[in-house]
Amino acid sequence: MDTTGGGTPVSEGALPSPRFPIEDALRSAGLWALVTLGLCFPIVAFETLQDFSNRLTIQARPLLVLFAVAAVFAGRFGWLALRHHGLPQLLPSTRFELTPERKKQLPRIGLAALLIFPFFALLLTGQGGAVKWIDNFGVQILIYVMLAWGLNIVVGLAGLLDLGYVAFYAVGAYAYALIATYVIPATVPGLGPWAFWICLPIAGILAAFWGILLGFPVLRLRGDYLAIVTLAFGEIIRLVLINWVEVTNGNAGIRTPYITFFGLPFSSRTGETTFGDVFSLPGSPAVHRSMFLYYTILALALLVAVATQRLRRLPIGRAWEAMREDEIACRSLGINTVNTKLTAFAIGAMFGGLAGAFFGARQGFVNPRSFEFMESATILAIVVLGGMGSLVGVAIAAIAVIGGIELLRELSFLKQIFGPEFDPGQYRMLIFGLAMVLMMIWRPRGLVGARQPTMPLDGNAKAISSSHVKEGHG
Amino acid sequence: MRWVRDPLLVVEGLTMRFGGLTAVRDLSFSVGRGDITALIGPNGAGKTTVFNCITGFYKPTSGLMALSTGGPVRLDEVAALASTGHRYKCVDDQIGADGVFLLERMPDFEIARRARVARTFQNIRLFSGMTVLENLIVAQHTPLMRASGWTIKGLFGAPQYREAEAAAMKRARYWLEHIELTHRADDAAGSLPYGDQRRLEIARAMCTDPVLLCLDEPAAGLNPRESLELNTLLRTIRDHHATSILLIEHDMSVVMEISDHVVVLEYGLRISDGTPESVRNDPKVIAAYLGVDDDEVAQVEAEVGL
Repeated sequence: MDTTGGGTPVSEGALPSPRFPIEDALRSAGLWALVTLGLCFPIVAFETLQDFSNRLTIQARPLLVLFAVAAVFAGRFGWLALRHHGLPQLLPSTRFELTPERKKQLPRIGLAALLIFPFFALLLTGQGGAVKWIDNFGVQILIYVMLAWGLNIVVGLAGLLDLGYVAFYAVGAYAYALIATYVIPATVPGLGPWAFWICLPIAGILAAFWGILLGFPVLRLRGDYLAIVTLAFGEIIRLVLINWVEVTNGNAGIRTPYITFFGLPFSSRTGETTFGDVFSLPGSPAVHRSMFLYYTILALALLVAVATQRLRRLPIGRAWEAMREDEIACRSLGINTVNTKLTAFAIGAMFGGLAGAFFGARQGFVNPRSFEFMESATILAIVVLGGMGSLVGVAIAAIAVIGGIELLRELSFLKQIFGPEFDPGQYRMLIFGLAMVLMMIWRPRGLVGARQPTMPLDGNAKAISSSHVKEGHG
Repeated sequence: MRWVRDPLLVVEGLTMRFGGLTAVRDLSFSVGRGDITALIGPNGAGKTTVFNCITGFYKPTSGLMALSTGGPVRLDEVAALASTGHRYKCVDDQIGADGVFLLERMPDFEIARRARVARTFQNIRLFSGMTVLENLIVAQHTPLMRASGWTIKGLFGAPQYREAEAAAMKRARYWLEHIELTHRADDAAGSLPYGDQRRLEIARAMCTDPVLLCLDEPAAGLNPRESLELNTLLRTIRDHHATSILLIEHDMSVVMEISDHVVVLEYGLRISDGTPESVRNDPKVIAAYLGVDDDEVAQVEAEVGL
């Protein structure tokens, strides 16, 4: 559409034309308006309503269409005019330069911010509001950061497109739920308060085992075929969880014991000594609990980050990246690509399982609804948006995506404008999709597309431009 | 005539069929230890297929490919091994130990790390998003993996792994100097010019410490100066490393200049085998490359066996 008469034939570097070509701009804006009209015609222009006898009636909404068309026309014309008269001067020129020194400090600053975040939230919002900020935002985002970092090993480093990552999350959550709720009380009830810490490694091992189990059949598959099979694997796990009612209690789910502070409960109805009593802390148990959850998931997520950084500098990590770059060349150098793929699946799955166990302990309840395909898609989207392979980029993307979704719930003031039935949360997929489209235009390789070399010859190696880095073929 | 006296690799009756097409038919030749052996022939003669069979990327339809490190291939030893069903027989169980290997039975990565056959590709296959140095380090995966205790020891920074990494780094530096790419060590391999990429791929293969280096058209796309540099590099490898070279090449200036032994293929058949001089003067080879007069076609075809 842009090419039909962008109005300003000004490419970068050329001299700007002296006169604003109004006719061209009008023509372009008219074309955009026409397309808008076409798009509006069936969907926006008509509304189906039920009348008093429950019959569907169609009502035309010409004003709304007119408004949309006029808005697009004005917007396009305004944009062209703005661009002609020099957009940069009109926008505030606060371009933040990321020098190498600043870049190096970025993770440290981020870590410090993460460490003080709960206290900051407590300070700003008080006892009442802090739980929402720490739990709904902090913990929720960190779970996805951890999941995305785990998936990053499989997709970003090894280049294996996995659409069923949520399966391992589910394995971890159900491992915790089943062991903590049934196995431990039935065998060694004394260990009950320690359930989470016992289940955490078990969940990791089980998930890794399932990762290998998934890895075997898909070893020969690449690209789209791999994606479809992993997607099916995710669905199979979910369907088994729904239908194996004797073990999983189906859709009704399992109520799990809440997380404790190494055996000390955070709140107690039966009058046990609680965490707050022992350390004589002020504030409500809910805040204590959410803070503990926050630091636990932060520690788990950092474990993934440290492990990823270390693994990248070990032969196995380099083999993953080499496999993403060229699998045949790997085999010609004596790298067993079967084992390499299986380790990537297993380690990625293990971190998913750890996150799952944490999720089970945090929710106090697991059911299959939490492990739908949408979760896999969200995690994958975070990895892709962040820039495959980059820990910082993925973390920022997780904050943007999950924080953004949570923020939408907060926009209740919009109800006053659009009426009480307006739920901004309903628009999250629309906004999400739009953000993806914009990202693909401006930063097709994600926020941080450049790859950091694992081993410099002398001193510091500079990042490798994303144009050389391959995405892998699955 | 080292390929008769001290063969490193013996190929016997190698046949490769793709459906109805026989790409290589009953091919036999040997590669001498310490030689540069050239495999030449017109396009479509089956040279790359032979390479892919030797390096395990194809499983041959039939035939035997025996490689012996540590001493010449002895046919009685090979026959004894072939009857056992084992893939190889080594002096000890260490990866990289000397022994006899039946390449047709081994998967590609085992050929690379146990039989120590390295290769390059006709269309360069570097890890383009990794640095030049990383390419050379990935090639040393097998010893590094062992030193890192299959990742576990390495994860905790064991000194044994650090030493192995330093050794790997030293070897990488050595090859960087040899291919004159030290100044670009931290650049993406994909950003190098074509000729440098060719040399890097050879250096990467050499980092696996091979006994046999298979080069698939190493001079393709190089200018005359780069071609000359390549000759020097290949001679250095032959003279200063315990690595024999098997190469496919169309550039006759390279072939005749550096090879000790030339094997000529046409339509999957061996039509000539010998020193560069004898091959150059072989009428079958001349016919295959230049064609013959119309009245001689029948006679030459009879000679070639078509």
